[in-house]
Amino acid sequence: MSQPKIRIRGLKKAFGEKQVLDGIDLDLMPGTGMVVIGGSGTGKSVLIKSILGLITPDAGIIEIDGEDVLKAPRHRARHLRAQIGMLFQNGALFDSLPVWENVAFGLLAEKKIRRAAARDKAVEVLAQVGLDASVAGLAPAELSGGMQKRVALARAIAAEPAIMFFDEPTTGLDPIMGAVIDELIVDCVKRLGSTSLAITHDMASAQRIADRAAMLYEGRVCWSGPATELLTSTNPVVDQFTHGRAQGPIRMALRR
Amino acid sequence: MKYLLSPVAGLGATVLEMLAWLGELTLFALSGLSHILRPPFYPRLVGRAFMEIGFYSLPVVALTALFTGMVLALQSYTGFSRFGAESAIASVVVLSVTRELGPVLAGLMVAGRAGGAMAAELGTMRVTDQIDALSTLSTEPMKYLVAPRLLAGVLALPLLVVLADILGVFGGFLVATQKLGFTPDTYLVSTFTNLRSSDVVSGLIKAAVFGFIIALMGCFHGYRSRGGAQGVGAATTAAVVSASILILALDYVLTQVLFVK
Repeated sequence: MSQPKIRIRGLKKAFGEKQVLDGIDLDLMPGTGMVVIGGSGTGKSVLIKSILGLITPDAGIIEIDGEDVLKAPRHRARHLRAQIGMLFQNGALFDSLPVWENVAFGLLAEKKIRRAAARDKAVEVLAQVGLDASVAGLAPAELSGGMQKRVALARAIAAEPAIMFFDEPTTGLDPIMGAVIDELIVDCVKRLGSTSLAITHDMASAQRIADRAAMLYEGRVCWSGPATELLTSTNPVVDQFTHGRAQGPIRMALRR
Repeated sequence: MKYLLSPVAGLGATVLEMLAWLGELTLFALSGLSHILRPPFYPRLVGRAFMEIGFYSLPVVALTALFTGMVLALQSYTGFSRFGAESAIASVVVLSVTRELGPVLAGLMVAGRAGGAMAAELGTMRVTDQIDALSTLSTEPMKYLVAPRLLAGVLALPLLVVLADILGVFGGFLVATQKLGFTPDTYLVSTFTNLRSSDVVSGLIKAAVFGFIIALMGCFHGYRSRGGAQGVGAATTAAVVSASILILALDYVLTQVLFVK
């Protein structure tokens, strides 16, 4: 069996009294897509931010290509994490920069491209997410929500990352635009052969963009399996969450 | 007993909070300074911050300095005429402006205009995940966002103060010659006879320190901003208030160091 691209063991993180992650174990195999689902405040974003190094976990192991990024020297951890492309929930486009500079930002930062050639490269990547060259010079604020999401996706894939993270990729979009973004995500991930990790509340999206799924509950992975089995799982927590039922173990947890 | 101790506990908690804040601020400042010195450098961003802090603050600093010089001449005349010391007006205006009023007023104006804007921009970037996005794009946010602003603050304020000095003295000159009956020659000779280069240089040293403080407070409060629009608003207010207080406090400290022997 091949080595996981990302391997997480016993990951813990508390904010004050609240234990958000309480021993997460997760494997992301190379070239596969994983979606993590769970209610609000169950630590999905904390999980992703811990892998990205934006949050320092209290305990646990996060391995990328077999190396623990939490124990690796800073420059090595940075190098390992540099292979991750991230699509933020609200796009997080730099509003002081035009679209093309947003898209080429990572390439310019890593000096993979000269500034003079960056605009052409950005236009090329924008075309891959269905946007034409006319948007390249616009400010992010001049774009619709769906277009901003596409630009954010273009920025995430511009450096052709080996790993891609998607934080609620369809939130705030209408169902058709959500499906379009999902299609683009699947297309980009397949074309680049990337390993992907997405977090979402959108069950339709979860099944479209991932091969496998994991459910977070009370700080741990309470279920994992093929994404196609999300809606047919017999796990009571997954069943309640995916069908949006008011009654069930999750509500009991909220009452406590 | 509990009620007797609670004020002490409250005071202790406040002191601990202040010390923690001071520690965070010191680490933030040291980190910002170290990023100024280590590559990669972002001259384009330094230029943009310089324009924002320096160039766009020109009108407000110019007007403040001009009117302050004018008022200073009028007030000095009112006071000094009682003792027949009107000839000292030019000295009072030039020394007050170059040593104190130029750097302090320019600092306060820039703190309100550019320091607040800096905190609002960085705060918005924080709450919309743009700062996190920088980290995921192989860019150190302290180097990209904070270091250029700190450097621009240190460079821009002294230049603004040079302008404030000139316009402040010019304001005094205008009032003295047009309203108080001084001849231009007398006023100018009196001005330059009493002015030493150390007066101007000390003002510029103050300005560089104030520029650093304004940028530091704007970046520090914006960078740590939390909680959406309300958090950004609070960060902006805190940046302006803390920079203004620090400018006034440091003005005393620097005056003590530079002038009192």
